[in-house]
Amino acid sequence: MIDFGFTVSPSSRINLDKCDKKSFSALAALEPDVLKCMACGSCSASCTAAHFEPTSVRRAILSLQNGQVEQALDLLKSCMLCGKCTMVCPRGINTRHLIISIQKIYGK
Amino acid sequence: MTRLLIAAGQHVTPEGIIDRYPNSYNHFVLPFVIGISFILVYLLIGLIRVLYHLTGEDRIKLLKSLFIPKTALKNLKDIFCDCLIHTKIWERKPLLGYMHSAIAFGWFMLIVLGHLEVALFAPRHLEGISEGSLYYPIFYRFFIWINPEHETLRGTVFFFLMDFFLLYVLSGIGLAMFKRVRSIALGMRHTTKPSLADRVALYCLWAIFPLRLLAESFTADLSGGSFLTKPVNWMFRAFFGNELNFMPTWWAYSICLGLFFLAMPFSRYMHILTEPLLILMRNAGLKVRKPRKGFAEAEIYACSSCGLCIDACPMNTQKKNLKYSSVYFIRFLRRHNNRKINEIADKCLMCGKCAAICPVGVNSPEIRRVQRETLNNSISYDYSYLDNIAEEKLTSEASAKGKVLYFAGCMSHLTPKIIKSVESLLKASGTEYEFMDKDSGICCGRPLMLAGKTEAARKTIQANKALIEASGCKTLLLSCPICLKVFKEEYGLKGIEILHYTQLVDKLVKEGKIAPQKGSVSMVYHDPCELGRGCGIYNEPRNVLSAIGDLKKAPKEKDESICCGYSLGSMTLEEKDRSKIAESSVDNLMAGNPECIVTACPMCYRAIRSKSPVPVKDFAEIVAENMKQ
Repeated sequence: MIDFGFTVSPSSRINLDKCDKKSFSALAALEPDVLKCMACGSCSASCTAAHFEPTSVRRAILSLQNGQVEQALDLLKSCMLCGKCTMVCPRGINTRHLIISIQKIYGK
Repeated sequence: MTRLLIAAGQHVTPEGIIDRYPNSYNHFVLPFVIGISFILVYLLIGLIRVLYHLTGEDRIKLLKSLFIPKTALKNLKDIFCDCLIHTKIWERKPLLGYMHSAIAFGWFMLIVLGHLEVALFAPRHLEGISEGSLYYPIFYRFFIWINPEHETLRGTVFFFLMDFFLLYVLSGIGLAMFKRVRSIALGMRHTTKPSLADRVALYCLWAIFPLRLLAESFTADLSGGSFLTKPVNWMFRAFFGNELNFMPTWWAYSICLGLFFLAMPFSRYMHILTEPLLILMRNAGLKVRKPRKGFAEAEIYACSSCGLCIDACPMNTQKKNLKYSSVYFIRFLRRHNNRKINEIADKCLMCGKCAAICPVGVNSPEIRRVQRETLNNSISYDYSYLDNIAEEKLTSEASAKGKVLYFAGCMSHLTPKIIKSVESLLKASGTEYEFMDKDSGICCGRPLMLAGKTEAARKTIQANKALIEASGCKTLLLSCPICLKVFKEEYGLKGIEILHYTQLVDKLVKEGKIAPQKGSVSMVYHDPCELGRGCGIYNEPRNVLSAIGDLKKAPKEKDESICCGYSLGSMTLEEKDRSKIAESSVDNLMAGNPECIVTACPMCYRAIRSKSPVPVKDFAEIVAENMKQ
């Protein structure tokens, strides 16, 4: 192969067939709340850590549903579990425990 | 009777006390000797186990504390008040307190007086195991014959005391039996379900003292007795005629004692022997480091499984949640039932009420926190951004020299009203202050600690600590009790006074820097868990509020206040359960029909506001509204 001095970036297309659905169903079994999220973004808007680092429960859930595990974990690793998101969630999702469960199930 | 005395006569004391049996031995003592030997060996092994699992540092701390006069005095006082008299139960439920102290103190006095009697009248038998020192003082009345002509005043006093304390214990046992049938009569809505070993030990305990009365009564004409045993003796002689009937009773008494001691380590009654150790360890300032070993093990075995925490737990407004009470948590810990331990540990709101009312003083929320640590401490995190903030802010904010530094905390930022009111009060009183987390702040670390991520919490604590120390402030002001507790306990800020805003306002009012206006509005104050039970701040907010309006009392307040239900402590409690707890908390506050509810925690404020039929105000808000112009 000829070296042109550059490479093609890998595809960013999401192929849901290749996603790890097992982990997500394990998560949904442990935290049925994750299915309740309506992506309103209250959690992200109130987040203490989001002042400093991109942190968002809403986006993390979305990423997990899209199979982007790395991205989801990146969005949660800076979380300080302060609980503001739980307080403001209009759907009453226990976000603190959800975050811990995501980190336990996916993070290894 | 003469036949029984034939073998005697070898040992006659001046007071006319004769050993009725050669070698002072009879086979009936065997069950008791087996039982007591077992429990002594078990205790020794248990003590070594607990000490072995302490860290070296803790062991030295414990040892040193025994020789510090102040701590040693406190140890003695606590052991007397908590183990024997049970002042803590007396204060809350007098009848229950009487029941428990009757059994504990009465039994203790019977043992002490029994030994004293032997020491005075037959000291030979305390000299060693071969002389029967293990059982002789317990069965003293069986082994002796006292010549009625030689009865002394000293002996009579002992007879009276022994009968008196036996009656005292019997009255306690009677109440205990009644409690099994109708616990509410003694002030307990729910009691624990006894396990098998509990039942064996319980029925033995019930049987021990009536049997002792019978046994001592049967021999009362030989070995002496007083107002209780003598009449019973006459009565039985009228029925049976033959003194030889007493042998089966002494056997039964000994078997019950032996069985009780054999069942003890597996039952709740282990608390009798473990509590003194727990008191020593607690007064030495030890902390729980592992959820099942060392200090925690002492706490687990010291739990008397009385079930007072069941009624206290805010989760138990719904009956289905009874199983999450501390008493069951401790029971599962004792049985190493891991699945249930973790489930219960995660549910708890950490309101601390069970620990506050526990007659033994078992701090189960702390054990739950450490249990969470075993699961969650290893979860990965990345707080490298904290270092950058620290660097940035350190250079820009060193302006609070000698002033008050106000840290609102995450939760106060969800209720801007509180922040505004605190700032207006600070301005009105002319206090110079700096707002530490006006735009953005780092979490105090308490939520992480509560979730068991202790290591991660250390990072945020470090970052905040660096910022606070660099600011040069002399007072740190907080408006969130959750922050307050961790700042007080974990930060180790030297030379900086840490105040909750209720404390500061109370101080400012006393100094005359702000003057509240007396109105006629009736109000009730809700004690936030972390502020009241967590930091012991009960009176400061009440002082100020009673200067503003008519402060009513809630039926359950101060260290008995009911958690608002939205505590960060619980990891898994569902929204609908929380909302039920909030309702019961509001019901308690509304008992006196106040016109408004006041609280001093942003989370309680939000929780109570969602359920309250009357306006809910924050402490700072109501003070700011009611100031003299």
